[in-house]
Order: sequence, then structure tokens, then C-alpha cells
Amino acid sequence: MSAAWTNIATSAHSLLERLPLLARDFTTDWLPESARWLANSLITIATVVVAFASLFALLTIVERKVLARVQNRPGPNRVGIPFTKIKLFGLGQPLADGIKMLTKEDIVPRAADQVLHFLAPVALLAFSILTFAVIPFGRQLVPLELDAGVLYFFAAGAATELAVFMAGWASHNKYSLLAAMRALAQLISYELPLLLSIVPVVMLAGSLSTVGIVEKQAGWTWGFVPHWHVFTPWGAAGFAIFFVAALAESNRSPFDRPEAESELIAGHLTEYSGFKYALFFMAEYFGMCALCGMGVTLFLGGWQAPLPFLEIIPSYFWFAAKLLTLLFVFMWIRATLPRLRIDQLTRLAWKFLVPLALINLGVAVFWALTADWTGAIRAIRWIVAGALIVGPFVLIGRKLSSGIAPRTYRYAT
Amino acid sequence: MIASGLQTTGAHVREVHDDFHGDLLEVSMGPHHPSTHGVFRMQVTLDGETIVKLKPVFGYLHRNHEKLGENTSYLGSMPYTDRLDYLNSMTNNWAYALAVEKLAGQPVPERAEYLRIILAELTRLLNHTCLAGFLLQDSGASGTPLMYAFREREKILDLFESLSGSRMMCNFQRFGGCRTDASPEWLAAAKKLTDGYGAFLDEYERLITGNEILMARTQGVGVLKPDLAISAGITGPMLRATGVDYDLRKVDAYGFYSRFAFRVPLGDHGDTYDRYMIRVLEMRESIEILQQAFRDLPAGPIMDPKAKLRGFRPKTGEAYGRIEGPKGEIGFYLISDGTPNPYRYRVRPPSLINLTVLEDLCLGHTVADAVIILGSIDIVLGEVDR
Repeated sequence: MSAAWTNIATSAHSLLERLPLLARDFTTDWLPESARWLANSLITIATVVVAFASLFALLTIVERKVLARVQNRPGPNRVGIPFTKIKLFGLGQPLADGIKMLTKEDIVPRAADQVLHFLAPVALLAFSILTFAVIPFGRQLVPLELDAGVLYFFAAGAATELAVFMAGWASHNKYSLLAAMRALAQLISYELPLLLSIVPVVMLAGSLSTVGIVEKQAGWTWGFVPHWHVFTPWGAAGFAIFFVAALAESNRSPFDRPEAESELIAGHLTEYSGFKYALFFMAEYFGMCALCGMGVTLFLGGWQAPLPFLEIIPSYFWFAAKLLTLLFVFMWIRATLPRLRIDQLTRLAWKFLVPLALINLGVAVFWALTADWTGAIRAIRWIVAGALIVGPFVLIGRKLSSGIAPRTYRYAT
Repeated sequence: MIASGLQTTGAHVREVHDDFHGDLLEVSMGPHHPSTHGVFRMQVTLDGETIVKLKPVFGYLHRNHEKLGENTSYLGSMPYTDRLDYLNSMTNNWAYALAVEKLAGQPVPERAEYLRIILAELTRLLNHTCLAGFLLQDSGASGTPLMYAFREREKILDLFESLSGSRMMCNFQRFGGCRTDASPEWLAAAKKLTDGYGAFLDEYERLITGNEILMARTQGVGVLKPDLAISAGITGPMLRATGVDYDLRKVDAYGFYSRFAFRVPLGDHGDTYDRYMIRVLEMRESIEILQQAFRDLPAGPIMDPKAKLRGFRPKTGEAYGRIEGPKGEIGFYLISDGTPNPYRYRVRPPSLINLTVLEDLCLGHTVADAVIILGSIDIVLGEVDR
């Protein structure tokens, strides 16, 4: 009896798991064999773009709501379903924003480089969307299974810097130009720790394929500690570095230097209006989603469930849950921290994150060499690896923040 | 030429500007700019991101305040003083009333003096709270500290509104007293706010003061030396942040401040962090003063019965009344020729005088620093331009 139930549960689960693929095959079944792969790819592309475009719409409202909660105010709560009195906690706001953006006049400064000014948002969005191609959203849900997927992802991601600089240069505005210079300095600085932080993952997983890396993270120690990379010393350090660098790469607070609104008006977006501005905004969120998705894939076990009995829930759900958690942390950080100055920002990258990432590489080597240590000396492995990370972290951190301390004040007598 | 006056340490300033090193970039920040706190313009010359020259341009909000004062009766100028530093109308009123009272030899009843102190200290809380919020906003903290600060500011403004009928343009002081008396309910509400303010400050400091990014952004940035501060006539928290012990509440002991026990916090570095922290510490002292004032507030009239409101003509003479406003020494200089209007009406605006050292503070720092240095000077353009 129970075996039958288990069977049904398993098949129901695998049905749920494969549902997106079945739906796709069902749609393209009637096509000739030769055209089917093309149709399948198009459907995949459309799904990814539509899914993330709606996630973008959702994120704008969620971000405003999260910020509002932190700042003890209600946030947007007026727009609901049009022509009714249903307000739905302001969930209609993204729609209204979209309509507003579309109907706004698109102003191009006369002195601007007309072609580049137009191309910049398009290029930025295109490169951002390209990065989604290799992220495994579920067990069988990866748009493009590349052997060098990780490499592809960061190559496509690095190209966005070009678009940001294009926007700043083409606008022919001093604020935009300053922002473009800052963006270049920042993005190139943070590209390095970002890449260095993922090298241990590639090294230990022995694969550049995103699917391969996720599959390496399957299983549990003692039945409840997942084999995710973040639960190892080098993985935790790598994830922390990756996360900080990802914040900087996606121009999020406290690294939102290029569009520092209190200094540079809107930075490289100063001369953009209407839907081009919306495209920039969209690309920024896409980039954020892609980097968070890559973080989930590389360090947080991708679509793996956190506990064995939770595997009943489909894998794409777990991916989405982890992705949204990371995005929430991004928003939380934005609501709290002031901004770094540009020299402090690059100093943080070159003098703190890069050395730590290099040391982390050494720790990963140690971890790989001691993979066969078992029993009691496993604890030694942990202690040594932990010390190798925490020690330099404390030392370099102290050097970095030297001269900065809380002060005590005297009073006039 | 450019290198003159660039004795800042730490910041990198290149003196050579040839073909290889490229040109300087001139940026006009303002008059419409998110961080200039009104219509203020900074004509900045940049070498990369480093400021090599900064020219403050103001006057966009000039509205003939002093000439208006000379063409208006003494009492008629009172509401105009609200519009000087529109965050601190209560202290502006008091400084003006003090000048006229000196001119006319007009005594003020005890209860009115206490009320003035209560309102002045509430104004100080309000101004410093706003500054703390704006400064953090300028340093890029996405509005959270600002929202916390403005939540408290609203409570103080509610008190002002229920007492004077207006949130910001209070028009509350009169020559020889105050306009309306504070009811016991109002006093209870003000006391409740004061008692809770320490908790707000604790919350605010927990949120942001110990933040490493804030410290890295503000410590050592925009250092003002005590001798420059004194020779430039800087007053208020900005002067005390450089370590100079000068607080008019102690020096002049105007009103009944000599009856109150409070301390004057002093900074040692004169940088932006000190300017921020001195204000936070001053708020804590203001709470002390307020609590003593609520405890000792005497009963009695709020207006001197002999005070003359209509047909007010002080005898010929001149007087300068000054108080320690939240931004510094706010003073009014009046010359009377025996007519209902002052012959000369002059304002000593702390915002303007504190602003004069802006270039000295900013040279050698980056654009990002200029923004928070300006924020820490704490200006209101209504007072700068008059």
C-alpha cells in the first residue's frame, strides 16, 4: 500500500518537475522534426524574457515596499485594478509606471551622439538578457547547456560595462561623463574579485558548466547539512566576496557610485527619459537577478532542496526561493547603508577583496588536497581552513579601516 | 595658480596640467541639484574627481529682506523673520525680539522667558534632527535615516502648530513676551516628546553613527582649523566642532540660560564627523535643558503689561540682539530714529557666514565629499540669500 503511495508521489513529483518541459513539447508537437528545435528555443527565450520582465515589474514594487517598511511608511498602496476600487496593496503600480514611462516624451539632447545615445540602453539590456542563457533554473530547465557556461556568463556580464560607458559618453553631459568614468573604474575593479571568488568553485567542482556545478552540490552530510559550497570555509568566504562584488557590479547601494543621486543627479541616466530610462532600469534589475542567480548556482546549491524530504517540491521553486531571498538582501542593504566614496570603493576592491579572494584560492587548494581526511582530523581540516580565512580577513580589515574609529567627545568646563 | 592653498594632506592634488595630463573639468553644481539644499550653486573645477577650485554662487533667493525691514514697522518684521531660516522660526523670532527689547528697554516676564527657552531648545532639536537626516541622505543612505529624522521632526512641528497656529512660520514672539500661552495639555505633550527623544536618539545612533562607511566618509573630510574658523567668524556647532568653546548661551547667558545646568560638547578634529556628532550631543543637552525648563516653569503672565504693541516707537538709539541659534549666532542689529520703522535693520545670518569657508573645506577633496561637507555646514538658503 505504502509502496503504491510512494510511487504515486514520485510520479506526481516528477510530473511537476517536468511540467515546463512537457508544456513546451506539447506546444511544439505538431511541428516537423527539423523546425521543432527552433520553436523550442524560441519558446525558451520567450519564457525567460517574459518571466524576468514580470519579475522586474514585481521587484520594483517589492523594492519600494521593502524600503518603505524599513523607513516606517506605507509605500505605494494606491494603484490596484483600474476602474475598480480594489487596491491590492498597490500591486498595480508597476503597470501604471510602465504606461507612464511609455507615454513620456523621449528627449535626446541636441549635443548628444544620437546613435550611441540610442544604442546604449539597447546594448545594456541585450547583454543583461544574454546572461540568463546559462543559469539553471531547475533540474532540467537550463536554456543553454554550455560546457563553459560560467565563462560565458561573466563575459556577457562584463560587456554591460561598455554600455554604461556608452550612455555616459553619448549623453554629452558632465555629470554623465563623471558617472561613466566612475562606472568604468568601479566595474573593472570589481570584475576581478568577482571572478577570483568563483575560481575555487570551478576548481573544486572540476567543471565550468553551471549544470555540472549544481549537480556537484547534491546530497547531504548527516542527512541535513546540504553539500552546498557555501557550507565550506572557502565557499562561505567565496560567497561573501562574490556577494559584495555583485553588489558593486550591479551598481547597488552602497556601491551605487555611478548614479549617486546626491552628487551626480542620476549619473549616466541624467539625459535619459521615457522608455529608454525604463530600459536602463530594467537592465539594472536584470543584471541584479542574473548575478543573484549565478550566486545561487555557484554557492547556494542552485535548484537543490535544502532538506531531503523537501525534494517533493519542484526544483525550480527552490531556485526561485533562493533567488528572491538574495534579492531581498540586496534591497535590505540598500535601505540601510550610506555610499562609499570612489577611492574607498576601489581601495576596498584592490586592497581587501582581491587579496582575500587569492587567499581563498589557496584555502580551496588545501581543501581539495585534504579531501580524503576523515574522522577526527576532519575537524582539524575545518579549523585550519577557517583560520586561514579569518586571520587574513581580520588583519587586512584592520589595515583597511585604520584611522577610522568611533570617537569620544569632551565637554567645555 | 591652481596649487595655491592646497595644503590638504592625504588627498591627491596634481599641480601639472599639460597636454598629457589633460584638462580640468568645470562643473556647475546647482542651482538645481539634489544636494545643494535649495537654490545654491557651486562652480566646481575638477581634476578628475578632485576639487581644485570651488566658487559658491548664491543670491537666487534674494528678496530684499533687510530693506523690507526698514520699510515695515518693528512688529511687522516679526513674521518676515520666520522666513529667514525657515526651519528655525522660533529662534529667529527670539533674536529679533531680543534686539527690539534691548532697543526699547523692554522687560520680559519670567514665564515668557521660560517659554522662549523651551521653544528655542525644541527648535534646536528640530534643526539638528533635520541636519542629521539630510547629511546621511547626502552621503547616500537611501532615505532611511532621513525618514527616521522626519518622523520626529513632525512631532515637534505638531507642537509648534498647536501653540502658534503654524508649523514652520510660527510668528510667536512679541516685544515683551510671547503671543499665546502654553496650555497645561501642550506642556504635557511637549514633556512627553522630550522624554521620548532620548530613545529616538539612541535608535538613530544605533542605526548609523557607528557605521564604518559613515565614519570612512566623514572622518578627516572637510577639516576646519580653529584659527581659520575664528577669523572667518564661524559660529555655532561648526565652530565648536573645531574645539573652540564658544556658546552664546554660556557667553551671553541671555534669557535665563544661566539658571540651567547643561554642558557644551566640543570636537577635536573639526571634520565632518565632528560636526555631525557635536549636533547629536547638543541634542542630548537640549533634552536636559527642556526637562529642567518643564520642571521650573513658573506661573504668571506671558506678556509684560506695560508693553506697547500698537504705535510702538522706540527712542533713538541702536541695539544688537543675538542668540545661539541652532546654526550659530543669529543676530539682529537695529538703529532707531524714533519713527515706527527702524532706520537700519541688519541680520547677522549664521548660514551665510558659515558658508564662506566652503572652498577651504572642499579643496583637495572629491565631488562626493563636497556634497557632504556642504551638508555638514548646515545652510538654509532663505537665510543665506535673505
